[in-house]
Amino acid sequence: MNTKSLLAKLGPFLGLLLVIGLFSISTEVRGYFLTYPNFKIILTQTVIVAIGALGMTLIIIAGGIDLSVGSAIAFTSVVGALLIQRGWSAAAVVLAVVAAGGGIGLLNGVAIAGLRMTPFIITLGTLGVVRGASKWLANNETVNYDGSPINSWMTTADPFGWSLPAGAWVALVAAIGTAVMLRQTVFGRHIFAIGSNEATARLCGVPTVRTKILIYALAGAFFGLAGLMQLSRLRQGDPTVAVGLELDIIAAVIIGGASLSGGVGTVLGSMIGALIMAVLRNGSQQMGWPTYFQEIIIGIVIIAAVFLDRLRQAKAA
Amino acid sequence: MPPRLRLTGIRKSFGATLALRGVSLEVAPGEVHALVGENGAGKSTLMNILSGALPADEGAMDLDGAPYAPRDTLDARHRGVAMIHQELSLAPHLSAWENIMLGAEPSRGGWLRRHDAKASARAALERLGHGHLDLDRAAGKFPIAEQQIIEIARALRTEPRVLVMDEPTSSLAQADTERLFTVIRQLRDRGVSVIYISHFLEEVERLADRYTVLKDGQSVGTGPMAGTSTTQLVRLMVGRDVTELYPTRTASPGSTVLEVRNLSAGRRLTRANLTLAAGEILGVAGLIGAGRTELVRAVFGLDRSEAGAVTVEGRGFSHRQPGASWRQGVGFLSENRKEEGLMLPLSVAENTVLTKLGRFGRLGWLRRREIDAAGAAWIDRLGVKASGPGQPVGQLSGGNQQKVALARLLEHPARIFLLDEPTRGIDVGSKAQIYELIAGLAREGRAVVLVSSYLPELFGMCDRIAVMRRGELVECRARADWTEPSLMAAAVGAAA
Repeated sequence: MNTKSLLAKLGPFLGLLLVIGLFSISTEVRGYFLTYPNFKIILTQTVIVAIGALGMTLIIIAGGIDLSVGSAIAFTSVVGALLIQRGWSAAAVVLAVVAAGGGIGLLNGVAIAGLRMTPFIITLGTLGVVRGASKWLANNETVNYDGSPINSWMTTADPFGWSLPAGAWVALVAAIGTAVMLRQTVFGRHIFAIGSNEATARLCGVPTVRTKILIYALAGAFFGLAGLMQLSRLRQGDPTVAVGLELDIIAAVIIGGASLSGGVGTVLGSMIGALIMAVLRNGSQQMGWPTYFQEIIIGIVIIAAVFLDRLRQAKAA
Repeated sequence: MPPRLRLTGIRKSFGATLALRGVSLEVAPGEVHALVGENGAGKSTLMNILSGALPADEGAMDLDGAPYAPRDTLDARHRGVAMIHQELSLAPHLSAWENIMLGAEPSRGGWLRRHDAKASARAALERLGHGHLDLDRAAGKFPIAEQQIIEIARALRTEPRVLVMDEPTSSLAQADTERLFTVIRQLRDRGVSVIYISHFLEEVERLADRYTVLKDGQSVGTGPMAGTSTTQLVRLMVGRDVTELYPTRTASPGSTVLEVRNLSAGRRLTRANLTLAAGEILGVAGLIGAGRTELVRAVFGLDRSEAGAVTVEGRGFSHRQPGASWRQGVGFLSENRKEEGLMLPLSVAENTVLTKLGRFGRLGWLRRREIDAAGAAWIDRLGVKASGPGQPVGQLSGGNQQKVALARLLEHPARIFLLDEPTRGIDVGSKAQIYELIAGLAREGRAVVLVSSYLPELFGMCDRIAVMRRGELVECRARADWTEPSLMAAAVGAAA
């Protein structure tokens, strides 16, 4: 029993070691794959999925789901690019982009909690609405600008230095803040309570509607932050970016040990899940595997993760 | 002493259905007040009104002399009325202390004060004599009895004046029931008024100070429990005597129709042997978890058996499947009516014909009129209280749902009936009807395996009773060769 629960906790770590080990088998690839500069690249490539996974962790623990993440990231990156074009300062752009993400989340939350509709349906709808709005806002083309301090946040231009790009630090600080919030605040514990048994939470006086709206809004703010990183990485606002990214983000959270039926999940697990996804992509490229092969592998990993989720639930029952 | 709670002339209707037509109830401080009645008598509606889940249409409620009209369940809790539901409502992933403190976590500026919270939770459990429980363990990992204690501790946190308990012992073992009674008596001695709803009249007789009987949405009797017999309560509940709850029947077993040899399945069933004759009712007794359900499930083919053989009317099967069992005329009634026995959103008629849908169609097209006609026929024959064959089963009361579940076996028609707890959680009147139905099957020469946790039912219905213990079928005797003590002794493995 105890070894089992230990295994369940260590599962994501083992998964990470497994994929790293997998790509280290070939001596040819290992020489580059297992180097600090490459890990720096992997960390940087993880940032967007990781920040998105923070928001998604909150939502999934509360028993919900958000399919509109990819669209929200595209939308907020377009908003950011347009504001830079108009000469806004970097700080103002950051605030506005995060607020835009929070606004999308707020709309999702109000529709889900206020109108009592299924998160899957609502966010399937907003996935389309927000993607369309991004293209509209961007006139259906990429939004270019001359330059901004934001551009340097996701750069790995200095591959041999030891310093990490700002984006990685932002993700780390956000992750620690989210973990502490989940564990140490009343709001954080109410997220678990709602995911575990919403009816009981309401009966015990937890303001479920308000809490759920807040969860989606806060998660939306994280998605806005992820959109900012997307902007920094591409150095342009692209309304067609991050299509299907919601699946990577959900997969990261599930691989990290969260349960799709709610009540279970950790920030650490989700971050490792995000790393696993990034290592898989990076390693596949190093191995020279074609992109379709990467897609197949990542698809299999998602199925394996959901299967693990089911095993965990069977154990809990 | 003025009453703690007084309800007068409470009325409530849902559409055209009159659920409550004038209920009055008076509960004194520090009293255990039993509320009894058949299913559908209006107990749940009344308790929902009391706990704030539903508003009453008419009538008045007073709590310690002040008018009481809760806006919702939360408001009711704040006013001092808490309810423990039959289905426990804990958040299974949260720890014991988090469940107890849920919604009232001590905090400063949004930050949880974990230490204070755990101390309060500990104090609440200590008051119930369960201070030893591990506060950090996830609530879902506790046994049912301890989950119930955690839920009571949560209800006590708000210092309730009235605690409503709905069938709290329905899934408890005897020893846990005794412990719960100790807790309830402690609460009573501290001045809490407990409204205790139960189908187990023996429990009510032992625990309650006063009783109120509901029948057809009206309170039909109230009084002190001392000097009132359970027979009197039953008479009030059903409006007639049900001394002869179990139909008389002379056993006339025919040829053997079912033979089970060395059947093993999983950990809960090892090498079970039994035979069943036409026209016979065979009881299966045992404690919860002894393997009774596993036995009938393996015979029917719902669970895969690792070893052994099942012979139905001379034909053997090594790997049974539910579909093959139905075709052989073996019908199965699940103990889990809501999740496995019935499709709650589907209509009465659709549930009835489910196992033989093919016969109601031609080339894959169903003839709905014939399906509805079949459903309507069973509604008539079994006296199902439903608006018609098209009504979703989920809208019926427990007893009527069970009749529909049985109708499926009758419609099929099955010759061998495997019935797992067929009268669980249903009212006395429906029970009597179902007993009559089962006896009628045996008279017609059909064979019945009756799994039950309720000994009087086994003694009242069965020709032979088999006892299971820890996955083994330990003994099978004719009814007359058992006494309740000797049967219990066999079930727990003690010398009689």
